[in-house]
Amino acid sequence: MKEEAALEVVDVSCVFRVNQGFMKGTKALHAVNGVSLKIPKGKVVGLVGESGCGKSTLANILLGLQKPTSGNVLYSGSSADSFSQRHIARRIQPIFQDPYSSLNATKSIKSIISLPLRVHRVGAPADWDRKVYEMLDLVGLPRRVAQSFPSQLSGGQRQRVAIARALIMRPEVIICDEPTSALDVSVQSQILNLLQDLRQELGLTYLMISHNLAVVEHMADRVAVMYLGRIVEEADAATLFRAPSHPYTKALLSSVLTPDPHLGVPDTQLGTVFPNPIDPPSGCSFHPRCAACMDICREQAPQPQINGAHMAECHLDTAAAG
Amino acid sequence: MSAEKDIVLDVQNLKVDIPVSAGMLHPVRGISFSVARGETLCIVGESGCGKSLTSLALMGLLPKNAQRSADRINFLDQDIQNLKEREMARLRGVKMAMIFQEPMTSLNPSYTISNQLEEVYLRHISSNRAEARERAIFLLGKVGISSAESRLGQYPHQLSGGLRQRVMIAMALMCGPDLIIADEPTTALDVTIQAQILHLLAELQADFDMAMILITHDLGIVARVADKVQVMYAGLTVEEGPCEAVFDTPLHPYTSGLLRCIPVPGKTAPGQPLGTVPGIVPNMVGELQGCMFRNRCEHATDVCETLPNSATQLANGHAFTCRLSPDAATRSEGA
Repeated sequence: MKEEAALEVVDVSCVFRVNQGFMKGTKALHAVNGVSLKIPKGKVVGLVGESGCGKSTLANILLGLQKPTSGNVLYSGSSADSFSQRHIARRIQPIFQDPYSSLNATKSIKSIISLPLRVHRVGAPADWDRKVYEMLDLVGLPRRVAQSFPSQLSGGQRQRVAIARALIMRPEVIICDEPTSALDVSVQSQILNLLQDLRQELGLTYLMISHNLAVVEHMADRVAVMYLGRIVEEADAATLFRAPSHPYTKALLSSVLTPDPHLGVPDTQLGTVFPNPIDPPSGCSFHPRCAACMDICREQAPQPQINGAHMAECHLDTAAAG
Repeated sequence: MSAEKDIVLDVQNLKVDIPVSAGMLHPVRGISFSVARGETLCIVGESGCGKSLTSLALMGLLPKNAQRSADRINFLDQDIQNLKEREMARLRGVKMAMIFQEPMTSLNPSYTISNQLEEVYLRHISSNRAEARERAIFLLGKVGISSAESRLGQYPHQLSGGLRQRVMIAMALMCGPDLIIADEPTTALDVTIQAQILHLLAELQADFDMAMILITHDLGIVARVADKVQVMYAGLTVEEGPCEAVFDTPLHPYTSGLLRCIPVPGKTAPGQPLGTVPGIVPNMVGELQGCMFRNRCEHATDVCETLPNSATQLANGHAFTCRLSPDAATRSEGA
């Protein structure tokens, strides 16, 4: 299975020093802890996990906004160090969660969408207006909104503006960080459909970060599940949703509330406490919340078990394989 | 009033009007519902449909310039419309309690958990501090917070989002209310925590035999917890009925449209376009002009220029307000 990776991280870690209080020094917080992830060209990779698991830090690393403490970020196979931030920004663009705070309220829509062109000095200024209008057509907004301000638009329209801004540099990769979680369901489906259409039309590659597994299942070709800074399971979307192997993935899947009135609220069997990332549990970091916890899980961190295109980090798999 | 079910809250034709510079804004245009002890009513709709204002109107917490009117708002067989603010304050927190969306902003950051939990008890029930503390510890245990006694001395910022929401729930239960109104109680939480909180709410509701009104935009939550569902659009109820009936045979085009928007693992084909409800929520200023949904409705015809006078009632309490016959409205389901 040789696929060209548009974007790849190899054994990336990101450690923050967290202040413990006056005269108490600092402690290490491993936000991302030895993560390897490949985003193949033209595919959609989903990244799921609870808040605090490091998915946004990983997104920032991919965008070049955060330097990893160790490990490598590869853009089309070449190390990130050989590119300038400017170059990375041309190829990778983000779409953020909240279109209410990610657009500058004092600028017109035209000025917001054309900002990347001005920053990168792409093309002649005379062409900028035309490009903005092209983008508005592409994301399904009427051309007259170019003169409007963000406050005059609805949430769905704002998210379309954010998408237009991300696309105007014709990037290869879009990192969508919870692109629809601030939107109503009827608007969410419009935005998801738009993202699908754009992907086919422009041959884009997406990293979809979301805690909504139904959305990820709908969009993604491949899914990675993150827990406390590590990817604990990674597989093709169809495989992962049909036959999850890690207990955490199973719990996440069971907590998806589908609109089926004949089912009750699921009992995820997860304890209440998300562990403190400054002071992670020994052994497998998931063991305090795991329903299938064994003795070995408390002492020893599991090694990744790779079975074809399916990777999971769990002692249950090790036991089954060995 | 029905004798067999112990109706806690009975609302008839509730309206909220807010004067704005462009005229009169009608965010809630006359909705009716009732909820009995042990029953969960879910009010569902998109942002701007008036669901949150409905809850605030019931609690008497509307902004000052908003006007509430209704044919009746009977709470525990007493009409609360003309209660004075002091009498209302006596009901609020004691007989009816509210759980808000953002546990981050609805807890006071400068008071400890014990201060905030005990305050309402000390004010309304008894001034015995030991008793209040005992009740707080009991309820923190009930909502699944371990080592409750040590948590009492902590401040909200020391708790995670899920724990804060549990504290909010415990606070709502301090005086043993008859009615709980939960406004988007899990929107700010992770999916795993969301399931736990919903689980907990259902358990507590059965334990304390309360009526619950749950306000949300998430149809997944509604399907799983509701006994009765009320779908709101532009300040009106467009469809209501028992949960199974509404989800299995949605009759209003808006309800079926919303259901087709949601990706469901195993049902919707990955990568295929999802259903949409095009257009946006209409302007709520001014009087009603026909069906508010007709501009977004794929079945709209000329008859939709006027709104039917009453909802079409079906046998099991399932009702919808649409000019189209039920067959026409569900036609899209097969497509």
